[in-house]
Amino acid sequence: MSAFRVEVRVMPRAALLDPQGQAVEHALHALGFGDVAQVRMGKHLVLEVKAATRDEALARARAMCERLLANPVTEDYDVVVGGGAAR
Amino acid sequence: MKRVAVIVFPGSNCDADALAAARDAGSEAYFVWHRDTTVQGADVVVLPGGFSYGDYLRSGAIARFSPVMTAVAEHARAGGAVLGICNGFQILCEAGLLPGGLMRNARLRFLSRPTWVRVEQPDTPFTCLYRRGEVLEIPIAHGDGRYVVDARTAAELEATGRVVWRYVRDNPNGSTNDIAGVTNAGHNVVGIMPHPERRNAPALGGQDGARVFLSMEARHATQHAVDVRARDGRHLRV
Repeated sequence: MSAFRVEVRVMPRAALLDPQGQAVEHALHALGFGDVAQVRMGKHLVLEVKAATRDEALARARAMCERLLANPVTEDYDVVVGGGAAR
Repeated sequence: MKRVAVIVFPGSNCDADALAAARDAGSEAYFVWHRDTTVQGADVVVLPGGFSYGDYLRSGAIARFSPVMTAVAEHARAGGAVLGICNGFQILCEAGLLPGGLMRNARLRFLSRPTWVRVEQPDTPFTCLYRRGEVLEIPIAHGDGRYVVDARTAAELEATGRVVWRYVRDNPNGSTNDIAGVTNAGHNVVGIMPHPERRNAPALGGQDGARVFLSMEARHATQHAVDVRARDGRHLRV
């Protein structure tokens, strides 16, 4: 059993309006960053998951996303399991 | 007299108003704390507005796992009436008892102001005293009120008469198809973003919302008459 550092990225569905991303994009344009487009904003969660293997940690994190961390109606997620044990 | 359970979550703030509105309509209304595991023989369950768990993660995402929600889901699956107002609507969507989800208002601001909604479906326990097409003035108070469903589900809701209220004059939050409230396939679970409990007496600036609560009592009296006319899963109206 070791502890894996798991990072979860939750983003609003691509097809859905993301007003926060748009507001940030407008602010960047106003600051002179005219080269930016398609800004979207989501959530980044960092978890420490105890598991026997990397795959098990990944499977557990995915289950957490399905159950609570992401809403399948409005959001997409992806999961990255960090290298080795976290502490 | 109906027994109306108003569920109180940490962060609910329209619970007392919902209780008062149900009592004004003649119901025997009482609070049920979210850690209880029963709705105490309720005929109707109301999930009130507010900010359960501070809206952390997503509005309603954590409240939906409160112990009482198992009993609420059982009540709903048995055909019992459930009304979710604002945060209650968000919780019902998160719980999968209603389709879709509620996202940040299209123009980002928290909106607390009157809206106008048209009654699209009078055949629910909360709208049976309204006429189809009636326009009501009922206020909203939300930051996450943009109702979102995929195109297929939206088409199904429209085709099967499951849009209960629709914003007219303007769409305050960018909701799909101007939807302000929906119901499930059984028409017993209903969610609404505006606050009918804030417009149930002239002293509150209007009473367009009062019949949401009066409908619960009216439905009680006519339930059996409707049931005996049900054939092939369809209600024949007279």
